[in-house]
Amino acid sequence: MTDFKNAEELLNLCDSRQKPISEIMKLRECDLAEMSMPEVCARMAKALEIMRQSAFAPLKSAVPSMGGLIGGQAKMLSDNFEKKGAVCGSVLSRGITYAMAVLEVNASMGVIVAAPTAGSSGIVPGLLLSLQQSYSFSDGQMIDALFNAGAIGYLAMRNATVAGAVGGCQAEVGVAAAMAASAAVELMGGSPTQSLDAASTVLINMLGLVCDPVGGLVEYPCQNRNAAGVANALAAAEIALAGIRQMISFDEMLDTMYHVGKRIPYELRETALGGCAATPSGCKFCHT
Amino acid sequence: MSFISVFDVIGPNMVGPSSSHTAGACAIAYLAQKMNNGVLKKVTFTLYGSFSKTYRGHGTDRALLGGIMGFSTDDIRIRDSFSIAAAKGIDFSFIPNDTNTDLHPNTVDIRMENEDGRVMSVRGESTGGGKVRIVRINQVQVDFTGEYNAVIIIQQDKPGVAAHITKCLGDYNVNIAFMRIFRESKGETAYTIVESDGKLPDHIASRLRDNPHIHDVMLIQN
Repeated sequence: MTDFKNAEELLNLCDSRQKPISEIMKLRECDLAEMSMPEVCARMAKALEIMRQSAFAPLKSAVPSMGGLIGGQAKMLSDNFEKKGAVCGSVLSRGITYAMAVLEVNASMGVIVAAPTAGSSGIVPGLLLSLQQSYSFSDGQMIDALFNAGAIGYLAMRNATVAGAVGGCQAEVGVAAAMAASAAVELMGGSPTQSLDAASTVLINMLGLVCDPVGGLVEYPCQNRNAAGVANALAAAEIALAGIRQMISFDEMLDTMYHVGKRIPYELRETALGGCAATPSGCKFCHT
Repeated sequence: MSFISVFDVIGPNMVGPSSSHTAGACAIAYLAQKMNNGVLKKVTFTLYGSFSKTYRGHGTDRALLGGIMGFSTDDIRIRDSFSIAAAKGIDFSFIPNDTNTDLHPNTVDIRMENEDGRVMSVRGESTGGGKVRIVRINQVQVDFTGEYNAVIIIQQDKPGVAAHITKCLGDYNVNIAFMRIFRESKGETAYTIVESDGKLPDHIASRLRDNPHIHDVMLIQN
């Protein structure tokens, strides 16, 4: 039976079996869900297909949201990239564009894959699809990367939280960015230790981020924060791939993130009573 | 406790914008329609807590109505569920309730009325990340999540009924994961909920109904 309760056990499994994080997560799913490897991979392939559609469709035409706060941002980014190029380079620019696109689709009641939540659903597909475009990774490699991301998200769900109402935005966008960073490291040929270092770096850098959606809607600033999540993930992956170690392990950072999250005031945990939601501009959309 | 699957993390595949307010709402209504034997004529959704305040902006109303028509959380028809329900001749309404604040923040009561006049009420909670729990059927407190294949039996609280149920399950080689009995009060209506790892054979329902104290049987398969 392949299973693990924390990142330390995951790394031990990777080490003893000489397998990447993605492979351990696949074996765990086969064992615990009593499914075959082809079934498990086919199900992830479907998720990848939905991710791709939700990341690419809004580049052609703007998708207005239910709440009316966002729509058209991905197309603006894409058009600007085509015309003037990107100040942050093509990998990051495309990653940001796709992440914001997914949030547009989500806010318009289109189909997305929560990763780990709907409000943070742009980051994992955003970064991974951008890397695929730049480095021509196969879909098989992309599916592996999603299993790697799933391992990080599972640990966050098991040992901390991924709910904004419980732990703030650091638990949603922070965890999504940690998942993306770890997956990017494996995709770029990094080791399991480097993947977990990258995930840890993201949680260090996004620690304490509050959840303050304007009007209580999953639109603004959520869409911007998904772009920020991609940038954080990419920076963390670069740091890890250079071989720079982190003094704080991913397990410790998950603990810390959870404790910090529980101390975030109620007004700043998805209640739309504080932060951006309570600014004069944001409060035009306050509930009466 | 059921395990956390990689598809609980990379998933659910869902119509946005919120896993708790959209996908969860759809999942509750989807379970409710699975419990309802008959043709639905009228449905009333009473929304509590956060559901009552933010249901329009999160499409909770469309998701509930989609779920009650059997749409899964990633079915794009959820967007158009109002017009689809109207075309099917289903009468639907949403009632925000801000007075009852003791409940879980994302709670909905679903009252279903069928063409034959039968009425059934189901209360569900959306507990986060698209996960849900059914906590009341008609007037009886229950607890089930729909993650397993389940059979729900409505029965008279009499001796021997549980023995009949376990014998039927054994005869059909069903391995029980969880089995619980909930009742209104002694001798009144009771609900038995059996959750199983494998698929339940469809004809087990008619075998279970052989006992005169069993009023109704609902199979809820994944």
